[in-house]
Amino acid sequence: MMIQLQAKGIVFGYNSSPILKDVSFEIGPSRLVTIVGPNGSGKSTLIKCIDRILSPKSGSILIDRKDVTKMDRMEIARNLSYVPQNSARTFSSNVFDTVLMGRRPHIGWLSSDDDEDKVWGVLRLLGIEDLAMSGFGELSGGQQQKVLIARALVQETKVMLLDEPTSNLDIWHQLDVMNIVSDLVRKRRMTALIALHDLNLASKYSHGIIMMKKGKIMAVGDPGSVLTPENIEAIYNVEVAVRSQSEAPFIVPVRQIKTNGSRPIPDNRPFTNGERRCGFPRSFSEIKEIKLS
Amino acid sequence: MAKTVRRTSTRAGKRSRMQEAHDSFVFARYLFMAVIIAFIVVLMGVIITLGPLDISVAEAYRALIDRFYPGYFDVEPLTKRVVWNIRFPRIVGGILAGFGLGVCGCVMQAVLKNPLASPFTLGISAGAQFGISLAAVVGISIVGGPYILIGNAFLFALLCSGFIIGLAAIKGASSETLILAGIAVNYFFSAMSQLFKYFANDEQLRLMTSWGMGDLAAFSWSKIPLILAVFGICIPLLMLKAWDLNIMTAGDDTAKSIGVNAEHVRIFIMLVSSLVVATVVCFTGTISFIGLVAPHMARMILGGDHRFLIPASGILGAAILIAADGVAMNVIAPTVIPTGIMTSVIGVPFFMCLMLKGRRREFWT
Repeated sequence: MMIQLQAKGIVFGYNSSPILKDVSFEIGPSRLVTIVGPNGSGKSTLIKCIDRILSPKSGSILIDRKDVTKMDRMEIARNLSYVPQNSARTFSSNVFDTVLMGRRPHIGWLSSDDDEDKVWGVLRLLGIEDLAMSGFGELSGGQQQKVLIARALVQETKVMLLDEPTSNLDIWHQLDVMNIVSDLVRKRRMTALIALHDLNLASKYSHGIIMMKKGKIMAVGDPGSVLTPENIEAIYNVEVAVRSQSEAPFIVPVRQIKTNGSRPIPDNRPFTNGERRCGFPRSFSEIKEIKLS
Repeated sequence: MAKTVRRTSTRAGKRSRMQEAHDSFVFARYLFMAVIIAFIVVLMGVIITLGPLDISVAEAYRALIDRFYPGYFDVEPLTKRVVWNIRFPRIVGGILAGFGLGVCGCVMQAVLKNPLASPFTLGISAGAQFGISLAAVVGISIVGGPYILIGNAFLFALLCSGFIIGLAAIKGASSETLILAGIAVNYFFSAMSQLFKYFANDEQLRLMTSWGMGDLAAFSWSKIPLILAVFGICIPLLMLKAWDLNIMTAGDDTAKSIGVNAEHVRIFIMLVSSLVVATVVCFTGTISFIGLVAPHMARMILGGDHRFLIPASGILGAAILIAADGVAMNVIAPTVIPTGIMTSVIGVPFFMCLMLKGRRREFWT
């Protein structure tokens, strides 16, 4: 199998406490792979290490068999693009200028007509051409995420790294963003590596899943083999029910099986028929009753 | 024409509505800068006419042209001397100082990612003020002769920013660290200047205070080439980093992912802009309003692309400074008010208007 992106023995940490411990994996071309794991498991750190935003203590990253650690910043930017978690910025440009920044690794001081055409092409592809002259800060979360993806796209790299692109988005925009990335992987034969919290989105869209805990890879494989009740219980301390829905597993959380510190495990079993807890309404008809009274 | 044909041929049919909107926005950026430059040229002619000797606007321009094409116009020798040796150097100095402060304010705000940053954030003015105090009160000076005060101001200004840049190079150059270090250094050198003030006699006190207000009186033709030389090297270097500055406003991680080493660029920009600001400050004293506000005005009007923003901030800075200086020299003539006072007095209301009426509400969110 051809390998597009390969990580070998990546170790990263601040001072003595390692955040990534010997992380290795291989991803082929035209694959969408998600990294899942609890908060603090090292998903975002891994993404940043691959893009060399953070420098790993040891290990190597290869793209098309070329070593990323031996490339300069511009060369890395021509091979890898990165979509950050959406963050506030001090001074914002309009959408066109924001996306044009992605052409920086390919151009000198002046942007050519060709560069601008590429920006318009990508804006049109993602359906945000009408926003071109709007300020980035004026956009909704979903629109901003698309602009950031557009900026990564005009970098024209074979591998795109995305750091929790669906956090803070409503369910429609979550699907919209994942569909866009999925289309790019299929039509442009890109490889996408996505850090993701939502296991069901990971299940629905991924060719492969990397499951991490405390800086180590605990399971790797297709969604069906990784997202099992046993794995999820071991990694997240959550009991889940996994239902298969047209082959992609569908995960329903049941209850926490361990809490942090001394807090007792709450009674968080699902409601059963006729059972009431905490005074919450049981059904919509009950909500109506409460409102009417 | 060839360009138009090629551009339209790359797309199905004609340019879209948004593309046309973008084209006209780019045109508006150039137009805005051209208008401000024209404004400066007109203002120059008007300001030259103001003063004890009566000179008309036409005479003023004629005297200037006569310098380059002698004998082309018939100009009085006295008018020529006043225009060329007294009034014009001050205006040219004002344009250069305003331009330098505007440009440096713009790049400092970008690398420090802070709308409150100005050319003086790294403690340059406090350092320069300390240098002046040292020379005025204790008589300690690094260079002698007519450059006692200027030399001291320049060197201590650079010492201040050099200290912070060094700290950044060793400890890492996050914008928060730099701003905090700048504020700390500012306090330290201000305290030292205060100490000198406490022990100064009346004459020394007057010298220190008037320098702190900022004035253009120090400019003469002998000093302009030095400033031009520094600007000629430094401003193009800052302009070369315009793209990187655009990208750095999106955050250091994003900048790295697009190929820009944010920390290196930050240190480079601070080094170069410190040199520019120290050069300006040692001649003019602290003129604080321009470097803070000219970039904001430019940003509100032109948007966030530093390829336009850097020159526009400079041009706006120059326009504000010479306008303020014109008023300062003539509003209660023959008394000349220090320029630094007038820049704030006439600049602040103008800036407030832009803030309240400007259509870009989100220029720093």
